Amino acid sequence: MAAQVITVTSGKGGVGKTTAVANLANAMAMDGKRVVCIDGDIGLRNLDVVMGLENRIVYDIVDVIEGRCKLRQAMIRDKHYQELYLIPAAQTRDKTAVSPSDMVRICKDLRADTDFILIDSPAGIERGFRNAIAAAERVLVVTNPEVSAVRDADRVVGILEAEEKGPPALIINRLNPSLVKNNDMLSAEDVLDLLGIQLIGIVPEDETVIIGSNRGTPVVTDPKSRAGMAFRDIGRRLQGQDVPFMDLEPQSGLWNAIQRMAGRK
Amino acid sequence: MMEQISSLVQIKGIRDGLLATFTEAAWEEQRVALLTQIDEKPAFFQGARLAMDVGNQSLRVNDLVDLRDHLSERGISLWAVISESPTTEHTSQLLGFATRISKPRPEETKQFVDISDETALFVNKTVRSGTRIEYPGSIVIVGDVNAGAEVVAEGNVMVWGRVRGMIHAGVKGDRNAFICALDLSATQLRIADEVSAALKPQKDPRPEIASINHEGRLQAEIWKTG
Repeated sequence: MAAQVITVTSGKGGVGKTTAVANLANAMAMDGKRVVCIDGDIGLRNLDVVMGLENRIVYDIVDVIEGRCKLRQAMIRDKHYQELYLIPAAQTRDKTAVSPSDMVRICKDLRADTDFILIDSPAGIERGFRNAIAAAERVLVVTNPEVSAVRDADRVVGILEAEEKGPPALIINRLNPSLVKNNDMLSAEDVLDLLGIQLIGIVPEDETVIIGSNRGTPVVTDPKSRAGMAFRDIGRRLQGQDVPFMDLEPQSGLWNAIQRMAGRK
Repeated sequence: MMEQISSLVQIKGIRDGLLATFTEAAWEEQRVALLTQIDEKPAFFQGARLAMDVGNQSLRVNDLVDLRDHLSERGISLWAVISESPTTEHTSQLLGFATRISKPRPEETKQFVDISDETALFVNKTVRSGTRIEYPGSIVIVGDVNAGAEVVAEGNVMVWGRVRGMIHAGVKGDRNAFICALDLSATQLRIADEVSAALKPQKDPRPEIASINHEGRLQAEIWKTG
């Protein structure tokens, strides 16, 4: 079966696109899928760091495009999973080194021997973003439950709709259930209500995510991590399985009832 | 031969960068002519901001996306697409291009006079952040107007949905224009030259209509039947 090309994007920076790509790729590799990640952030690469593959880079995507190496040579095999690869971004070039048609061509070449191609988009809505979505068959929009991140996500969804990319799916990252409880953070319902697109997963705030990113071991490999569990679920939903959403409630039903009585909804 | 191709599309400098003016000829030929002209002097066009006046050409999303990507590969950013065709105007609004440039074309004003009060632009989707919809008549939107979106009409604006963005009705000074919506929690409403402050989101939203009242102030009130 030919691969599905999935681009992860957000508009705003720092909401967790790269973390999501690294974790989803690992999650699907754990399920035995053949996965290739492409770092689309030319000039500001960091997917290699989050995946712990920084010191193995010899060739990058710009070398492939400019014909200095074969596609196969730029694919770095993961430390743990035989069927997980990374094509790193170039660090010393900028977005103009890649064009949308280059991305389409690379994805086409990868298709035959891969199940999923995950593209990490740069922040923003300019050239790098256009490159990243050029080949996408499916787009995941990552946002945080913050007004500014949701506003940018809305802009990106608008562009994707205009480009007829099909409806994107939403990942709400770094949700803090107790802040939501106290009305100090937008709830998942608020975000969904605003964006009006399909939800594919909610990832709770979890400090092990940062630790994992710094160590180059994505948190999804930690069976105890709540965020890891959320990413594993999203990975399965991407494979077409029907996985129920996990319960993020921090407090008991009684606490809920008291709050409702106190008029705090 | 070269002369002939170049004359299909005229490129000239304007205040905001470059303006390419298209003729009635087939779109594909003109598209090629434009790109050929650019490829003759790549250094001159590198980094340019380009506006296009496509006249009566009726263009769809794919046409404009394709040309934009070709231009972008040549380091040119397309920012505005001006057209007399409603299809093209709608397409360029969807893609977030400007549909007016600062110096209005002489024939534009004439065209607007002919539009009666009955004319409305019908938008059957949510208007998202960063999108600006402008129309020289009234605008009807079935969907929400999200925060960060702008809707600007010379006539009235009706929204079958929630309003969280900015709406300007009667932009050419019509103080009888109104704005109505199922839920008016806009960041800002404007009618003619009156501006309202942000409207508070309501717990139990009800349809509202905003207009300029007898005292000359912009006011929103709950919609009453009859």
